[in-house]
Amino acid sequence: MTLFWILAFLTVPAALTVVLHRNPVYSALALVFTLFQVAIMFVALEAYLIAFLQVIIYAGAILVLILFAIMLLSLEPEEPSPERSTMRAWGWGVAALLMLELGAVASMEHGASPAQAGPKDFGSVTSVATELFSTHLLPFELTSILLLVALVGAVVLARRRS
Amino acid sequence: MEVLFTFGKVVFAFLIVLQLTLILLWVERKGSALIQDRVGANRANIFGGVLPFNLGIVNTWMADPLKLFHKEDIVPEAADQFLHWFAPWIAILPLFVTFAVIPFGDVLVAGGYTINLQAAELDLGILYILAMLSLAVYGVVVGGWASNSRYSFLGGVRGTAQMISYEIPMGLALVSVVLTYGTIDFQQIARDQGELMFGILPAWGVFYQPIALVVLFIAGMAESKRVPFDLPEAESELVAGFYTEYSGSKQSVFMMADFVEVAIVAALVTTLFFGGWQVPYLYRDGFQFPGGFDIALPSLLVTVLQVASFLVKLFLFCWLQILVRWSLPRLRYDQLMELGWKRLLPLALINVAVTAVMVLLLDGRTIP
Amino acid sequence: MDTPVEYYLVLAAILFGIGALGVLIRRNVIVILMSIELMLNAVNVTFVAFARQQWSVDGQVIVFFVMTVAAAEVAVGLAIVLMSFAQRKTINADEINLLRW
Repeated sequence: MTLFWILAFLTVPAALTVVLHRNPVYSALALVFTLFQVAIMFVALEAYLIAFLQVIIYAGAILVLILFAIMLLSLEPEEPSPERSTMRAWGWGVAALLMLELGAVASMEHGASPAQAGPKDFGSVTSVATELFSTHLLPFELTSILLLVALVGAVVLARRRS
Repeated sequence: MEVLFTFGKVVFAFLIVLQLTLILLWVERKGSALIQDRVGANRANIFGGVLPFNLGIVNTWMADPLKLFHKEDIVPEAADQFLHWFAPWIAILPLFVTFAVIPFGDVLVAGGYTINLQAAELDLGILYILAMLSLAVYGVVVGGWASNSRYSFLGGVRGTAQMISYEIPMGLALVSVVLTYGTIDFQQIARDQGELMFGILPAWGVFYQPIALVVLFIAGMAESKRVPFDLPEAESELVAGFYTEYSGSKQSVFMMADFVEVAIVAALVTTLFFGGWQVPYLYRDGFQFPGGFDIALPSLLVTVLQVASFLVKLFLFCWLQILVRWSLPRLRYDQLMELGWKRLLPLALINVAVTAVMVLLLDGRTIP
Repeated sequence: MDTPVEYYLVLAAILFGIGALGVLIRRNVIVILMSIELMLNAVNVTFVAFARQQWSVDGQVIVFFVMTVAAAEVAVGLAIVLMSFAQRKTINADEINLLRW
């Protein structure tokens, strides 16, 4: 319980920094921190493999790519523009409503866990991989096609037109 | 008691890294001198010539870090003050904790306790190493960006591209190793290498996965950003690359991070391919040579021998990397990318495919 | 489980709302991409929390798929951003309006 509160009090400000900081580099670094907190949340929820994948894929690959792009474009901090203040107010309102709605649904009673203690290897590499390569084999194979398409798409986009 | 043991193990693992980086600093200076046929650093004297003799290794070993940490710390005015301060720490912290999962011995049996000689008994060792190594790139990116200097910036961009490129062959090399041993726990991998092949050859990973060894070693050297892969630093092009604007203790932290990475690559190669703490033919109760020739040894001596064996192997592979560093010229950027994407990546992929087929054929393991 | 699943769900809802806020109020395309990542992560927390509550690894497997989709999305998204920057010298979402009617 203590761990949850520590995580919550670290994650929410970090997430707000991602969204509100004017300098994109700080946003990206705050996002790295947020993702790291989420990884610790996964460990607390006994999803050990997923927690490590979170760090390797998100923090180690995706965010480095985003930082790389930010640096390549050498972005300046964003200046708030006055003509968009009404739009911003609407944005805040809609987001707050969405948050309230989701929060209300999430805080409803979800019933207790069916069993007090789960299988001993819950969340381990073996258990997740067995599930992944048996029940979810077709989606797994399809992700390889997805990644291939993304790869080809990125290469086609990035290729210099002569 | 258990807590004390864990504390002791963590301290020991930490000391290995810390001392190794300091020793490597000295070895690098003396080793480069040896290779280039010079004398090298030879007159560090802590007490200002009071002592009649030169303390050699002890002096340079202590004098170098002391000197570095006492230099003035200059922060450029235009730099991002917070991130400039923070970058060296992001660079080194993930690397320091990486050593926690490397086993430095089998078990220590003493006074009724059996202690597993691995600081963090994590059964997800290889994933942990991958996660921590992938975090190390942030030090380079953030340092290069926060300095607000063109040289640093170019070094940072180069470093990012290089490190994410070489992480892929490295990961694939680790995948084929995992396929071979069927576990991602370092201690288990080290134990599995204690068996014998054909009753005579130690079953070390190097005999099963020579290609993975080559790929991992090259990719690991590229990750540590040293010659011939030192494009992020490239002193003839970028002054000092991403740490151009660093001085004093912060610069030495970056330098230390490089050495820790060297030590990590050496530790990975040792543990995965050269038996870790295994000494050939040495078992828990002494040597058992093929041909029925045995020497019984006390358990404590066996443990000491194993830890010593690990340290010797670790040091050998560090030395090999220093040797490569002082022998080869720097790659060009296109050569670097070509080596990573057109040579190592296909090689590692083919290796994974062949390993998977071999494991399926030889082991008879079935997909559930 | 000492922490009830609802706590994690509410935290995930808050994170999702913050991500949505970023998508709505920011104009920098890369920051919008990062906000989408934040929302995906909030969803992942929900999946893992339910997986833990139901003692079923299915939730964790889905997180694996979400991560794959996120990686693909970022690769293509950043390529588009870089190309549009090369041609129009902006990554402001208001000014990239070629496909807007």
